[in-house]
Amino acid sequence: MPFRLLKYALTKEHPAPRFFKSHETPKKSYDVVIIGGGGHGLAAAYYLAKDHGITNVAVLEKGYIGGGNTGRNTTIVRSNYLTPEGVNFYDASVKIYEGLSEELDLNLFYSTRGHFTLAHTESAMRTMRWRAEVNKHVGVESRVVGPDEIAKACPQLDLSCSGQAPILGALFHAPGSVARHDGVAWGYARGADRLGAEIFQNTEVLGIDVINGKVRGVKTNKGYIETKQVLSAVAGFTPRITEMVDLETPIVIHPLQACVTEPMKPWLDTILVSGSLHVYVSQSSRGELVMGSSLDPYEVHSTRSTLDFVEGLTSHMLDMFPFLSNVKVVRQWAGMADMTPDFAPIMGKTPIEGFYLDAGWGTWGFKATPISGKTMAQTIANDSAPDLIHSFRLSRFEDYELTGEKGAASVGH
Amino acid sequence: MKLLTCPINGTRPLSEFIFGGEYREAPNQDSCTDAEWAAYVHNRSGAPGDKKEWWYHSPSGTWFIAERNTLTDKVSRTYLLGPNNTANIDINPVQEASK
Repeated sequence: MPFRLLKYALTKEHPAPRFFKSHETPKKSYDVVIIGGGGHGLAAAYYLAKDHGITNVAVLEKGYIGGGNTGRNTTIVRSNYLTPEGVNFYDASVKIYEGLSEELDLNLFYSTRGHFTLAHTESAMRTMRWRAEVNKHVGVESRVVGPDEIAKACPQLDLSCSGQAPILGALFHAPGSVARHDGVAWGYARGADRLGAEIFQNTEVLGIDVINGKVRGVKTNKGYIETKQVLSAVAGFTPRITEMVDLETPIVIHPLQACVTEPMKPWLDTILVSGSLHVYVSQSSRGELVMGSSLDPYEVHSTRSTLDFVEGLTSHMLDMFPFLSNVKVVRQWAGMADMTPDFAPIMGKTPIEGFYLDAGWGTWGFKATPISGKTMAQTIANDSAPDLIHSFRLSRFEDYELTGEKGAASVGH
Repeated sequence: MKLLTCPINGTRPLSEFIFGGEYREAPNQDSCTDAEWAAYVHNRSGAPGDKKEWWYHSPSGTWFIAERNTLTDKVSRTYLLGPNNTANIDINPVQEASK
């Protein structure tokens, strides 16, 4: 990086190199076709090339890269989950994230802020103690803290929450971070492109050919592609893809909304989450408060926004921060969350030979981008899922071996 | 969708209703296989389209069926479920209930 900067300083020209080559028409066949050019799909393409030398790979994106849930989340990265399997998995992701700007040679604005999950009731405190003990056991830095420590980290917070839901304590997770989410998609796209993968935008998958239980090819709006291995990494579009191969899953789609305020001077250093008040909030490097809440209450395949969401969220924000009453919400949006019954993802092989699933990312996908890319690349290269994602396999439902993450994956349950 | 029509109470704001999930027929638990039962317990038809769903009107405690397109979020009709799972108390057979 410094050399390139120096070079630009010495010349009068500042060529802006393309992040990745623009391909129009796919080749006749690829070793691997990845459906979905979000963080997960692009990371899988990157690690397939980097870790396994598989470079004859096409990434097909219906819209533009990072335009789905990768660019719609609230960018929080953490590993303070509830099950040892979950904590180990997300911890591996946090560790990759910490060095990812360096590895991808792109500033991802990865900023470690510390993450407080506020508890307003005794039963919430119990869950926090449970999570803290599981985290410590696995070697992740989480501990239960009292109101004093929360007040020290965030003096602006009204600890009584307008007297409605006084804060009793919190789970403090030191590695909790935020990152520039579109940068993650672009960084992985450039990395994958440099190693030989081909990225196709505006390319929609119309069907998948399965003959005798084996994947043979993919029909797209830009022609037919022969391939024996397909990875579906399409989050909210997963049921449409699994329907193409007649695969049943527990996934249902609910919109998840988020919004930002106008920019302010920096005042919120940490990431705050309140399960009881259905709020998570952090301040972006641009000064906006980035806020999210719980899922929309019923199934819709749409990214529409609702007034109910902003009303509910801002009312709870004002319980926590009454001084924000004059601050304006400037943008609001939604993503389609692919929810699973146990709030854990569905990753790995499927009953169809050559069809791999990276799905069920619901409201918890962004933080897992690097490790899901790495483990899915491993799964495709070896046609066998690594132990790290064994608990996330599709067949866990048939085995009644669910991986219950409901207490840690989301707010408002 | 901001309004929904309860078959008993008429058109009411959506905030009065609770989504109860897709209406599904259970397989015969005496004759189905373990795999079929596991699929019934966990799997859902997640792809968008016209679906028959359970909805609950909370103030009056009324469970009823809504036929809704999950892509467009338009409800085509709502009715109470009668004996033999038929819509025999069909107060509002075809009513536009969404905006």
